[in-house]
Amino acid sequence: MSEVIAILENVGKLFPKAKKSAVEDVSAQIQTGLVTGLVGPDGAGKTTLIRLMAGLLAPTSGRLRIDGGDPIADAARLRENIGYMPQKFGLYEDLSVEENLTLYADLRGVIGAERETAFKRLLDFTDLVRFTNRLAGKLSGGMKQKLGLACALLGKPRILLLDEPGVGVDPISRRELWKMVKDLVAQGMAVVWSTAYLDEAELCGQVILMNEGKLIFAGVPSVMTERMNGRCFLIQSCQGSRRQLLTRALRRPEVMDGVIQGHSVRLVLRKGAAAPKLSELQAGPECVTTPVASRFEDAFIDALGGGPGGESLLAERMRSIPGPKETVIKAGNLTKKFGDFAAADQVTFSVARGEIFGLLGPNGAGKSTTFRMMCGLLAPTSGTARVMGIDLAHSASKARQRLGYMAQKFSLYSSLSVLQNLEFFSGVYGLRGAKQQTQIDEMVEVFKFGPFLDVTPDTLPLGFKQRMALACAVMHEPDILFLDEPTSGVDPVTRREFWTHINGLVEKGVTVMVTTHFMDEAEYCDRVALVYRGGIIAAGTPDDLKQSVASTNNPDPSMEDAFIELVGRNEPVNG
Amino acid sequence: MYYRIKTLVIKELQTLLRDPQGRRLLIIPVFLQLALFPLASTLEVTNNTLAVLNEDGGSASFELIQRFSHAKAFKETLTLQSEDELRQTIDQQKALVVLRFPPDFSRSVAAGRPVMIQAIMDGRRSNGGQIAFGYLQQILQTYLDERDVATSRIPISKVVVRHWFNPNLEYTWFVVPSLVAIITTISTLIVTSLSVAREREHGTLDQLLVSPLTPGMIMIGKAVPALLVAMFQGTIILLGGIFIYQVPFQGSFLLLYASMICYILALVGFGLLISSICATQQQAFLGVFSFVMPAILLSGYVSPIDNMPVWLQHLTWANPLRHFILIVKSIFLKNAPAAVVLQSVWPLLLIAVATSTTANLFFRKHVV
Repeated sequence: MSEVIAILENVGKLFPKAKKSAVEDVSAQIQTGLVTGLVGPDGAGKTTLIRLMAGLLAPTSGRLRIDGGDPIADAARLRENIGYMPQKFGLYEDLSVEENLTLYADLRGVIGAERETAFKRLLDFTDLVRFTNRLAGKLSGGMKQKLGLACALLGKPRILLLDEPGVGVDPISRRELWKMVKDLVAQGMAVVWSTAYLDEAELCGQVILMNEGKLIFAGVPSVMTERMNGRCFLIQSCQGSRRQLLTRALRRPEVMDGVIQGHSVRLVLRKGAAAPKLSELQAGPECVTTPVASRFEDAFIDALGGGPGGESLLAERMRSIPGPKETVIKAGNLTKKFGDFAAADQVTFSVARGEIFGLLGPNGAGKSTTFRMMCGLLAPTSGTARVMGIDLAHSASKARQRLGYMAQKFSLYSSLSVLQNLEFFSGVYGLRGAKQQTQIDEMVEVFKFGPFLDVTPDTLPLGFKQRMALACAVMHEPDILFLDEPTSGVDPVTRREFWTHINGLVEKGVTVMVTTHFMDEAEYCDRVALVYRGGIIAAGTPDDLKQSVASTNNPDPSMEDAFIELVGRNEPVNG
Repeated sequence: MYYRIKTLVIKELQTLLRDPQGRRLLIIPVFLQLALFPLASTLEVTNNTLAVLNEDGGSASFELIQRFSHAKAFKETLTLQSEDELRQTIDQQKALVVLRFPPDFSRSVAAGRPVMIQAIMDGRRSNGGQIAFGYLQQILQTYLDERDVATSRIPISKVVVRHWFNPNLEYTWFVVPSLVAIITTISTLIVTSLSVAREREHGTLDQLLVSPLTPGMIMIGKAVPALLVAMFQGTIILLGGIFIYQVPFQGSFLLLYASMICYILALVGFGLLISSICATQQQAFLGVFSFVMPAILLSGYVSPIDNMPVWLQHLTWANPLRHFILIVKSIFLKNAPAAVVLQSVWPLLLIAVATSTTANLFFRKHVV
């Protein structure tokens, strides 16, 4: 039943002027009746590979065959058989759902009775029937993706190429999209689903795992995950700081990788290594070790040669921030209205010194609005936002001197060199002379910027930019760090490295407020607030949130389970 | 505080000057405009066609036609035969002006009787027509004066024209000083408003706003580089005007540069105002153009302000370009004393204060 519909043979793509190939020597097969996951962090070459398959780019080496033809030479024939949904699907925001569909039907030559049946089929399938007259711009992220999918499915393609359909979609809509895609493959279609979320790989029938343009693995994902069986375990009920425990564990040679998971620490061992004794980790007498299921991400880290280690050179060099454990960030009934729409509604929380506080929620839930009000970038319609007792929107610049801020898009000056950026940001925070030089030198040393000082950051990979942004945010040794989606799109190794630094800084007394839509990132937080539709629907430690939705069917729910369940409970009436 | 502003200014200059393309963009357009503007925006009327329907045929009309057709404004003279042909000539824009001599023209002139020449001009080219007509009138006057001398008749009165400050009415003398003003206008506006919009687009503005910098410091940080760039470009035009186009510089450089600073400050206010209400660079660019076009139109560069309706004349007071063009021309050509220049400088300072205060308010409001 399943047949090979696409063959990639040693495919490579080198863009003009680029030093490195975007895609290098990739060989893989894509079968009908399966979801093929094209998995890898940003910059892995996923989009390039999809565009090669769609016939929008010509390979510089190797060969592609789609449905027995060359994607470019046989474009006219293949166009009928390939459905392609780019990362930002070209929906016209000012046209309604139906008008968008009509436009794409016209473009694809789907007319007459065929169009009517196709529309009915797709609208039923995507459950958009009720919204045919709504403007595409007014749809939620998930609905937009569904509409994009419907447009890509016009004309019944045999192979569907989806470029990061899960981005900007809340976990609930993401599950719905997956269900739809599974229905499609059950009908015999081949679906390529590209994603930066490694957990999605486990849902695929087959994966093509890439990193920095190179193929790491192609095949059934469980084959890769199984390699890690017996190497993953959880250290629970430990005393003292779990962050320090993680650092100690990662120091040991037998530990390949480790992350914080709520109150616990999850460790992955090197192949053939025995687990370190709990006493050696000084984890406390009540501590227990439980073996846990391996994940695709563990295998990915393993394939890259292990995690980044647990020491933060950055934190070592930072000063300790003394002071009692008192509230330093406080939001009281914080509300922001844009017209009738309340982007944030009566948001209340407080964060104590030395705590990591996370705002977790899908795009558009209101976490960015809340975050921006807290840093003084947006004036609240009502309510208060206080940092160290000061309202930052009207504050003296003295208070802002004690903040560090790192934005989602890594707002560095792309026209300045790495060194000029460091000089500028330290200068803005009033560092000068010898002090400025020492701080810059330390950042260069800690983050190994040495070879890149004269390069502009826009030419460097995302992980590097992320390090740069962190360096610029902490050079003046702030008391409080505001992080807005700090690891969006970066590879898991860089993400771990980042959190190692944050953990180290927190141990020194820095307070961190972070927004994220990554469930595993929420696990690093001391406390998490779930933001949905402008309000906080639940708050507590990650373990509390998970426990609150535990049931007999699901005794050990994941953060995503908790999220979906808690959102479901707060949905007024489903529909 | 000064150190932080210095940091901002250095950053801004590094941004502008880091890549060769950016450096070229600051210089090449200036040279291009210096080369093109004075040649292209000529106010003289030359290379046109004169058409004549001569129903007379006498010596007076013949001589006049000879003189007319040698005027600088006309390269070619068409001789028409009929009224139909005359209509066609104007219809098809074959000639800018048609002159029609009545049958008794020469006889009347000889007899000393008053006589008329009909001049028909193409209203579609009203400005050029009027200027050409002015030339024709001058020629006619000279002819009549000479006749008076020849017949030893003493004219009742005579107007002698002298053009002060530009005796030969060299149009480059008019264009170059204005160009100093126009180029500085465009570059100041683009440097200020686009750089703020770019920071907004890239998210770096947020980064600045959460830092200890105040909106005021950020604005000064944008104003100073714009000032430096505009002064630099203004100087290029100034030197080009003096050494290439040989426009005599009569006044004081000190006075010119001092008022240039005031002018640029007024413009920076407008630039920041534009950028504070624009979300993207594209919007800012359109914003700059929707400011520059009316500013040039209402500056007196294109047409004299006195010709505009009174309410519009009042409106031109808010246009910094109007004041600065006046200042540059009077310093450049007239060596205007400081007291006179000051009369145009204080409106500039007023505009600078008003716009930058509003921009600062908008800036805070838009941001917060």
